[in-house]
Amino acid sequence: MHYAGDSIIELHVNGESKSVAVKPSHTLLDVLRKQLSLTGAKPGCANGDCGACTVLIDAMPVKSCLMLAVEAIGRQITTVEGLKDAPIQDAFIRNWGFQCGYCTSGFLMVCHALAMHHPNAEQSVIEEWLQSNLCRCTGYAEIKDAIQSILSGNLHRHRQRGAFF
Amino acid sequence: MIPFDFAYYRPETVDEAWGCYFNLVSANKKPLYYAGGTEIISMARVNSSVFDAVIDLKGIPACHQLTLQDGAFIIGSGQTLTRIAEFGAYPLLSQTVKRIADHTIQGQITIGGNLAGTVKYREAALPLMISNCRVKIMTRDGLLEMPFLQIFDGRLRLKEGEFLVSLTIDENDLQLPYNHVKKTKMAKIDYPLITLAAMKKGPEIKAAMTGYGDKPLLLPADMLNNDSLPPAERITNMIKLLRDDCKSDLSGSKEYKEFVLQGILEQLFKNFAEGS
Repeated sequence: MHYAGDSIIELHVNGESKSVAVKPSHTLLDVLRKQLSLTGAKPGCANGDCGACTVLIDAMPVKSCLMLAVEAIGRQITTVEGLKDAPIQDAFIRNWGFQCGYCTSGFLMVCHALAMHHPNAEQSVIEEWLQSNLCRCTGYAEIKDAIQSILSGNLHRHRQRGAFF
Repeated sequence: MIPFDFAYYRPETVDEAWGCYFNLVSANKKPLYYAGGTEIISMARVNSSVFDAVIDLKGIPACHQLTLQDGAFIIGSGQTLTRIAEFGAYPLLSQTVKRIADHTIQGQITIGGNLAGTVKYREAALPLMISNCRVKIMTRDGLLEMPFLQIFDGRLRLKEGEFLVSLTIDENDLQLPYNHVKKTKMAKIDYPLITLAAMKKGPEIKAAMTGYGDKPLLLPADMLNNDSLPPAERITNMIKLLRDDCKSDLSGSKEYKEFVLQGILEQLFKNFAEGS
């Protein structure tokens, strides 16, 4: 496989196939925001530190500022727009899991993946996953409350609703 | 956004990758081997690294192995830290890679990238330095296998166009008693002030550390295991011997690192004496 200059590639985003014109130097974050108008993934540090740009690739969180769009060919990409009323979104509202909201979509994606992979996660696992993202409003306690509130109850219903691509 | 254009290649065999590299070189292009991409993208974004092409090694099956086979644990260079940690065959390596960067990034960083990158700490090397580990390298003569420490002296000594294909660790070393300590300046997720990995094989302790100087270091085995001296004296002697290797940096002064190392080694001797 070889890409140079502008190429049309197919990306599978939120359950749909999308054709986009990209250069190999385009990060996945750039393509999601500028070409697909999926602005839920936020540009923050652009250096892999803050996690505001986190999306799911094959159900695992990835910082989209550190992935080339061409690397995502053939992978299942889920952005915050693809969550569609996932339990974690409601849990963030109920637990006041956001303040300014800039980091929220990144935290939602990490928490959503955590709930899928570790529905009975221990404290140490929750902390390990959440440490990948920064909230400059420092609302960490509420975010942790939100993820804990969905770990034991809603996962099965969530899966049935098909909100996870 | 990366401020320059480059080409992207995804070969499917080591020979194809090798050919691709030298085809680009002969066309006066500057290629880079690429795996997780975290360091390359970060550096490209600020023009610290400029290149004409990346050759993504993740599509090569030989770089993607992760298996226990024929008495050894085989890890392809393109395996991510997350998958290595979750596979769990070598607990000391699992624990070490789980403290590199953060959980999300561990799903992107590959072991080859950690060893071959420009960030000096190369924490994933520590368990490999103290175990019976061999590497497979793609060279102009094809695949060559050699002891890890023959090619790694703090960084991988690869020639132009060569790349790491896989690592093989003797299964006898996988489940030995071990200690892993990572001290950072402040936050849990940070580059190390000192990271130390140690294992006990029979009566012999082996240890390697990074953060102390400019590159990962092996602790002198003769001093570490000199039973004619009490641990406190062995520690003093090792710190004296390593004085020239110890470097001050943003994480801590030379004097502070020596102080921290003393504490780490005291605890290490205590833990191994207690059988943990």
